[in-house]
Amino acid sequence: MVNPATLAYYSWFVPLFPLAGFLVNSLFSRFLKGGRAGYIASLSVGISFLYSLILFFIVRDNHQFAYTLKLFSFIQTAGFSIPFEFLIDSLSVTMMLIVTGVGLLIHVYSIGYMKEDERFNEFFAQMNLFTFSMLLLVMGANYLILFIGWEGVGLCSYLLIGFWYKQADYNLAARKAFVMNRIGDLGFILGIFLLFFTFGTLSFHEIFSKLEGVSSGTLTISLITLFLLIGALGKSAQIPLYTWLPDAMAGPTPISALIHAATMVTAGVYMIARSSALYVLAPFTMTLIVIIGLATALLAAVIALYQNDIKKVLAYSTVSQLGYMFLALGLGAFSSAVFHLTTHAFFKALLFLAAGSVIHALHGEQDIRKMGGLKSFLPYTYWVFLAGTLAISGIPPFSGFFSKDEILVQAWTANPLLYILALSGALLTCFYMFRLLFLTFSGENRWKPFTASPHESPAVMVIPLVLLAVLSFAGGFVNIPELFGGSASFNRLLAPALAVASGHHSLSHHTEWTLLLISLLLLAGSIALGWIIFVKMSRVPGPDGLIRPWYNRIVFKKFYVDEAYHYFFVRPYEYLSSTLFENLERNVINRIVNFTGNLAFEAGAVIRRLQNGNISFYAFVMVAGILFFFILNLIIT
Amino acid sequence: METVTTAIRIIPLEHYIILCAALFSIGVAGVLFRRNTIIILMCIELMLNSVNLLLTAFSAYHSDPAGQVFVFFIMVVAAAEVAVGLAILVMMKRNINSVDINLLNRLKW
Amino acid sequence: MTFLFYLLAAVAILTAMMVVLSRNPVGSVIHLVLCFLAIAGHFILLNAQFLAVVHIIVYTGAILVLFLFVIMLLNLNPTNEPRKTPLTRFIALIAGGLLFLVLIASLRGAMEIRAANPFNHEIGLVRDLGKVLFKDFLVPFEISSVLFISAMVGAVLLGKRDPLTKN
Repeated sequence: MVNPATLAYYSWFVPLFPLAGFLVNSLFSRFLKGGRAGYIASLSVGISFLYSLILFFIVRDNHQFAYTLKLFSFIQTAGFSIPFEFLIDSLSVTMMLIVTGVGLLIHVYSIGYMKEDERFNEFFAQMNLFTFSMLLLVMGANYLILFIGWEGVGLCSYLLIGFWYKQADYNLAARKAFVMNRIGDLGFILGIFLLFFTFGTLSFHEIFSKLEGVSSGTLTISLITLFLLIGALGKSAQIPLYTWLPDAMAGPTPISALIHAATMVTAGVYMIARSSALYVLAPFTMTLIVIIGLATALLAAVIALYQNDIKKVLAYSTVSQLGYMFLALGLGAFSSAVFHLTTHAFFKALLFLAAGSVIHALHGEQDIRKMGGLKSFLPYTYWVFLAGTLAISGIPPFSGFFSKDEILVQAWTANPLLYILALSGALLTCFYMFRLLFLTFSGENRWKPFTASPHESPAVMVIPLVLLAVLSFAGGFVNIPELFGGSASFNRLLAPALAVASGHHSLSHHTEWTLLLISLLLLAGSIALGWIIFVKMSRVPGPDGLIRPWYNRIVFKKFYVDEAYHYFFVRPYEYLSSTLFENLERNVINRIVNFTGNLAFEAGAVIRRLQNGNISFYAFVMVAGILFFFILNLIIT
Repeated sequence: METVTTAIRIIPLEHYIILCAALFSIGVAGVLFRRNTIIILMCIELMLNSVNLLLTAFSAYHSDPAGQVFVFFIMVVAAAEVAVGLAILVMMKRNINSVDINLLNRLKW
Repeated sequence: MTFLFYLLAAVAILTAMMVVLSRNPVGSVIHLVLCFLAIAGHFILLNAQFLAVVHIIVYTGAILVLFLFVIMLLNLNPTNEPRKTPLTRFIALIAGGLLFLVLIASLRGAMEIRAANPFNHEIGLVRDLGKVLFKDFLVPFEISSVLFISAMVGAVLLGKRDPLTKN
């Protein structure tokens, strides 16, 4: 048996391979013909996945395993030392498995999906760079390394949203994502500064060990957690910084699956879970997280009801599910949040990739009003999409059931009102997901006038879908609660890496069964409602220009949030910019700059006459200069 | 011969300094005075020779042979300079059919 | 001996002035030859016999003959040389005169220097100078030969008609 520490020591292999894949794919791009770049990228992520798996078993078998791997000294000055170090513990290993595992499947899928694209190699180079950055994010043992990965994934997100940069809209979407993330990052970096200012270190272990005896609710801790929360809100698309994520669907569908559903957007959840020791000491921030998470979950779910773009629906459902994770975080159920993160990574990646398969089959059509009846044409896609839908809706025994139920139970323990709101969000989720499923795959063909006959995707795309479907189905079994005779092994695995919020008491099994039955009945009801409306009555959403009643229009227009942001932030900013441009820039700065330029120009015009090209004159000036210095010398001595 | 070899003791060093300064100044004035490039080259030779003479005078006065070796090297440089300079002159005459220094007024930018 | 010095000095200065003032380039060269001969005489007065001989051979024999050749080759006659404006010429004279005065004033300090070594009238002979040249100054001597070669190559290249511009 190899020493666990020795194996953990080589954990730097994990980010190394995607980095190597990125370098090879970007530097030797022109030599990689055919699908080679895709194979290289998938292989590098695959190796990382295998190594992550080894690390996972080490962590599982050694209780409370936490290994800090110091690679080198990153920033080293007097009284200021930040090493470049990785932390291998249950939380980071879980995240590594998600990133590399789901990432691997999406890489393989992309080989088929992006086959026709002329920038195939660049796509895989950027995917690898993303995987590398994400691994840095989850493996970093201090906030700075985490932040490097954080910014790296932000960059890759920007690049890949705007991957088809020839369409102007897509660039705008990429820019929007970047700017929104920047707002969050500012908060995050302020939080890091404050952490360093308070504790004198950025290492997770050192900070958390210094928290012993710090009383709950102090101003500093609250400020730090609030700042970090702002960063998490930006990255994980929560109110008020969520509007970038639906627009981010401009990117290729595998990107939406990998970055904007499974991994990057969960970075905020990961970061808060990682900082759980800080957050349990900040009750105010925790309350805020609960409110924000619940509000986001409900708002996004309501908006998703009226979306007609297959990817937009999934995007809003992502926002909504992230809201559930935040709810769990705010309730102090950090392991539940990470568990939901894990299952969500499976089923949301599955849903996105299946949606990609539909889009692929319909030659780029994304409007569900122009789909329908695809069940017989895309059998595999239909079944895996159904699996994903069942999972996200929380139907037992699919994975989403276990993770969502855990959160609902936590909500009930905290406050029954929270439970009711969270459950209504879950019902909405169930309804709009089945709406999506029925509109896409059931009913009559509405795509006939628009596209040629759809075809099932190639095996390279279907196999990852099937694997993800299996994971979506079985992913919940790692954490069967005690209620069903399980041992909640996932929670116990994560327990050493997470702090425990005080004041939790478990429910009686009787109450749990009641809650479970109520929620299942309601879910079944909402599925039935969806079936009646969209299958039985064959309702199809009206065209965009349709005049709707006001309550309907507000939702269809996504509560005018984008417009409000435009009105309250963009417009004043533009006004300020143009005012400054007119007054300060034109009248002050331009004049100063022009004056300086003109001064040099005029001086040059005068001095230029000295340089008339006449050699005799030059010789004379030379003699005069020599004379001048001789005389100067005589005067001085 | 004895009288010649001791001449250095009779003639003071400042006489040589004045003579050489005069020759050098005449050379400089000539460079500024004339427009014919070949005369300018000659004036440069004159300046070099005045320096040679002064170096030799100091060398003899101090009984140090290094000064005379330097004169030797200056002659080498002067010969090389004249060879290149005259070649440029020939080319100039061939290209613009003149040796007027004022026509070479492109040395501006 | 003092008389001989003044005679040679007078000849050197007069011929030097004639070099500048002569309208005919050939006349300038002839005066320059005389000037250089006077300087060679000064070398003899200074016990630099070797330099005197070399000076006559190199300057009078080679360089000035080269000047003469070039003048005749290019067919420079006095009439085709434009003169500078009187103001420029006046400025040139003033500059030369000023330079003379300033040089004298600057070298004033050198007149008080006392001889560093005991008097030796043999340093200018070929034997002694050769020893110094090939012992202490061997490397510069060799490098100067490189300079010569490059100057020669340069002169040949410049003198050649450029095949591109010819057409």
